[in-house]
Amino acid sequence: MSFSRFAAIMRKETRQAIRDPSTLMIAGLLPIMLIFLFGYAVSFDPRQFSVGVVVEQPTGETESFVASLRNTRYFEIETAPVRKDFETLMAAGELDAIIILPQDFSAIALRGEAAPIQILVDGGDPNTAGLVGSYIELLVINWLEQEWLDRGQPPLAPLVSIEPRVWFNAEISSRNYLVPGSVAIILTIIGALLTALVVAREWERGTMEALLATPVGPLELLLGKLVPYFVLGLGSFMLSVFVAVAFFGVPFRGSFFALSLAAALFMLCSLGQGLLISTLTRNQLVAAQVAVMLAFLPAFYFSNFVFELDSMPLALQLFSYAIPARFLVSTLQTQFLAGNVWAVLLPDLAALAIFAIVIFAICALFTRTRLD
Amino acid sequence: MTALVTIEGLTKRFPKQAEPALRSVSTQIRSGHIVGLVGPDGSGKTTFLRLIAGLLRPDEGGIDVGGFDPVANAKEVRARIAYMPQRFGLYEDLSVEENLNLYADLRGLVGSARKATFERLLDFTGLAPFTGRLAGALSGGMKQKLGLACALVVTPELLLLDEPSVGVDPISRRELWRMVSRLTDEGITVVWATAYLDEAEKCETVLVLSEGDLIFDGRPTDLAARVAGRVFLIEGIEGDRRYVLNRARQHEAVMDGTIQASHVRLLLNENARALSLASIGAGDEARLKPVAPRFEDAFIDLIGGGFRAESPFAGGSQRSHDIAIAVEARGLTRMFGSFTAASEISFDVRRGEVFGLIGPNGAGKSTTFKMLSGLLKPTSGEARIAGVDLRTAASEARARLGYMAQKFSLYGDLSTMQNLRFFARVYGLTGARQRLMIERMIDSFALTDKLNENSAQLPLGFKQRLSLACAVMHEPDVLFLDEPTSGVDPRTRREFWAHINAMVTNGVTVIVTTHFLDEAEYCDRAALIYRGQMIALGTPAELKAQAASSTMPNPTFEDAFIALVEKNEAETSP
Repeated sequence: MSFSRFAAIMRKETRQAIRDPSTLMIAGLLPIMLIFLFGYAVSFDPRQFSVGVVVEQPTGETESFVASLRNTRYFEIETAPVRKDFETLMAAGELDAIIILPQDFSAIALRGEAAPIQILVDGGDPNTAGLVGSYIELLVINWLEQEWLDRGQPPLAPLVSIEPRVWFNAEISSRNYLVPGSVAIILTIIGALLTALVVAREWERGTMEALLATPVGPLELLLGKLVPYFVLGLGSFMLSVFVAVAFFGVPFRGSFFALSLAAALFMLCSLGQGLLISTLTRNQLVAAQVAVMLAFLPAFYFSNFVFELDSMPLALQLFSYAIPARFLVSTLQTQFLAGNVWAVLLPDLAALAIFAIVIFAICALFTRTRLD
Repeated sequence: MTALVTIEGLTKRFPKQAEPALRSVSTQIRSGHIVGLVGPDGSGKTTFLRLIAGLLRPDEGGIDVGGFDPVANAKEVRARIAYMPQRFGLYEDLSVEENLNLYADLRGLVGSARKATFERLLDFTGLAPFTGRLAGALSGGMKQKLGLACALVVTPELLLLDEPSVGVDPISRRELWRMVSRLTDEGITVVWATAYLDEAEKCETVLVLSEGDLIFDGRPTDLAARVAGRVFLIEGIEGDRRYVLNRARQHEAVMDGTIQASHVRLLLNENARALSLASIGAGDEARLKPVAPRFEDAFIDLIGGGFRAESPFAGGSQRSHDIAIAVEARGLTRMFGSFTAASEISFDVRRGEVFGLIGPNGAGKSTTFKMLSGLLKPTSGEARIAGVDLRTAASEARARLGYMAQKFSLYGDLSTMQNLRFFARVYGLTGARQRLMIERMIDSFALTDKLNENSAQLPLGFKQRLSLACAVMHEPDVLFLDEPTSGVDPRTRREFWAHINAMVTNGVTVIVTTHFLDEAEYCDRAALIYRGQMIALGTPAELKAQAASSTMPNPTFEDAFIALVEKNEAETSP
C-alpha cells in the first residue's frame, strides 16, 4: 500500500466525478427528488372518508346523529332513505362505508339499549376498513353520551377513562417517520449507484488494463475509488437531513454527530456494495440495473421503513438482519423523533460496522490485479 | 544479445471456447529489438501481450521476464514493463497533463525527475501545446501519442504495444513508427502487435500467430525469402482482369492471386513454376513480370495458400440496369453540430464497378456511405441510387440495394438460420423463392455446420459471411459494404473479394469502404477521403501515378495516400 498511488487514484476519481454531470446529479439532485417523493407522495394519515347514511325513518334523533357525523372532519356524508343506491356506489369504490339507521332507531336508542346500527364497510382495503369502522364506533358512543346528557339522564359512567397521549410523534404525522426513514433508502440508492459505475466504466473504456499493468495494488485502487464518493455521499446525507428538518419540519431530537457516524458507516456499506457489483459485472448498464434491484428493493421492503417487520413472517424478519438499511432506519427514526437512545444506537452502529467490514473484505477478494 | 523474455510451451484457454487462444507457444524476445507480433484478429496477439504483462494467468507453460514470473512476481514485472492496450488506456475526461500525472504518480515518478521526463515526452510526442486539452478531444493520432507517453513515464525495459496503429491515419502511423524506433536505440525492447502485415516488414523480428499457433518466428526477410522468385504480376491483360484472376486462382500452379490495380498479382506454387497465360485467358499481350515479394505473400504461403475455389456467385443471373450510372453523389455534406464529417463529396459510380471509399478511421467514409445508402440524411447535397432520389423515394431505392454494416449488426440471439429467414422476409422473399435463396446462401458461404448456432457465438469470419449473406440474399443491384474485411484474416479476405468479384462480373455495382489501403487496389476506381474531404478520385493506377516521384517511382497505395494528403495540405494551407 503506497500512499502516493492511493492519492493518485483518489485525485483522478475526484476529477472524473466533478466533471461527470451524472455523478453530481446522483449525489445532488436524486436525494432531493426522492425525499420530496417520500415526503409528499407517501402518507399513511387518514384522509376524508365517504360515508352513505341510510335513514329509513327520519326523526329528531336521526337528524342529530347525522349532524354529529357531519361535524367531524373525517367524513363526507350523504343520506338516502334506502340502501340500494349506496350499495352500487360502494361496489364502484366511491363509498368507504354505509351506515344504516333502521326504522326503530330513535325508539330503541332512547330506551338506553344498544343502538341498532348496521355498519357496512368496504373490505377491499383492510386498513381503511378497520379505520372507518372504529371511527364510526367511537362516534356512535360519543353521540349516545351526548344525547343522554341533553335529556338530563345520567350517562353510563365509564369504568375506565382513557386519555390518550402520543409520545415522540405528537401530531401522529406519518411524514415524521417516513421522511427520516427515507434517508436510509436514499443513501442506499445513491451509494450503490455512485460506485456501481466507476469500476465498470474503467473496464468498458479499456483503461482498467492500462491501470492494472502499473504497480498499483488492489487496496490502493479500492480505497482511491472509495474516498471521493464517500465524501460525496456524506454530502447527500447532510442535504437530505437538512431538507427533512428545514423543509418538512421533522423534529430532530438526537445528536447529529451520532447520526452522522451511523450514516458514514452505512455509506461504506452501500458504496462497497456498488463497488462489488461494478467489479463483478464490468458493464455500466448491467451494474446500474443490478445496483438498483439489489440495493434498493431489499432496503425498501426489509428496513422497517414502510413495511413493518413485526408483522412479517419469522423467516423474513430474520432475513431483514442481513439488510444494513434496517439498522440505519431504526437509528434514523430514534435520532429524529426520540433522541439519543444509546440502547438503539450502539447495536446499530456495531451492526453497520460489521457489515462495512464484511462487504469490503469481499470487495478486496474480488478486486484482482489480473484480467481473469 | 540476451533474451529479455523467454516463453516456453505457453498455452492459454478461455472458458466457453473450444479452441485455446494460444497453443504451446515457445519463443524468445531479445533485448533492444523491435518485435512485430502479427496475425489477424482473434489469432491470439492480445492474449500473448496480456500474458507477458501478467494480466492473465497461463494454463500451461511459463514466461520469464528478466528473471521474473509475471504472475508470481507481478510487482517486479510491472515495474519493468510498460503496456499500452488497445484504445490506449487514456482517461478521456482528464486532460493531457492529468493523464500523465496519474501514470507518473502510479509509477512513483516525482519531483524534478518528473518535470524533466514530462518535458522530454511532450517534446518527443509534440503534445506540448496541448497539455490542458482533455484527452477525449484529441485526434486519433494524438491520443495514440499520449497513450505512448503515458506508457513511457518511467523508461521501461519492455514496451508492449497492442495494435497502436488501429484507427489512426497512415501519417500518424508512420510518425509513431519513427518514435518507437528511436526508443529501441535507447535500449528499450518493443513488442508491436498489428494486424497490418506491411508493418511487420519493418520489424527486426516477427512472431506470426494464426489461430493461436505461432507459425513463424524470425526475421521478416527470411519469411519473404520463402516466396522469393514466386511472386509475379500479370501485366497487359486484355479484357476483364477479374475473369483472369478467377481462372488463375483455380489453376494448380497458383497458390494465391489478388487484383493489383490493372494487373493481377500471383503467388506461384513452389514446384510448378510454369504458368501458361493463355490457359487463364489473359490475352496475347499479357506477360508475367517477377516482383519483389511482400510480407503478405509470405503469410499466405505460410498458411497454405489463399482462397482457390470458384465463388458460387460466379455465373449467376445477370443484372440488367437501364441506366449506366448506378450511384450518384452530388455535393454530399453532413454536419454533426459544428463538426463537418463530410464536405461537398461528389462522384458517379458506373454500373458493374467496384468503387472504393478509402481513408483512415474517422475520415468520413462511413458518413458518406450512410448518406449514399439512405441511412443518414445529408445536411446538403443529394444521393441517387439507379436514378432514384433517396430523399423522395427512399424505400424504392433501398429495395434495390444491399447493405453490410461495419459492425456485426445481425441478431446475436438468433441462430444463423433464423437470421437468414428474418432478412429474407424483411426483403420480401417468400415461399419457394425464400427457401431457394436461403439454401443458396448456406451453400455459398459454407454455413451448413453453423445453422443452429446463435450468431453472436460464431467466429468472426463466419459472422462476416453471414452478414454478407443477409445483404445479398435478395440479389440487389447495388451492394454497399462498410469495412467488410475489417479484422478478417487474409485468407477470408480473399474469399470475400472472390465473391465480390463474381457478383461484379454479373453486373452488380459494389461500393466498399476500407482502411486497408492495399485493398484500394482491388477497386476499379477509388475516392480518397481524408478529414471529411474527398482529396482524390481515380483508378488505383492513376492515383499511384499522381503520387509517383523521382524518389519514389513505384509507390504502394499507402505511399500514394500519404503523398496525396501532404499535397492536399500544402495546397489548402496558406
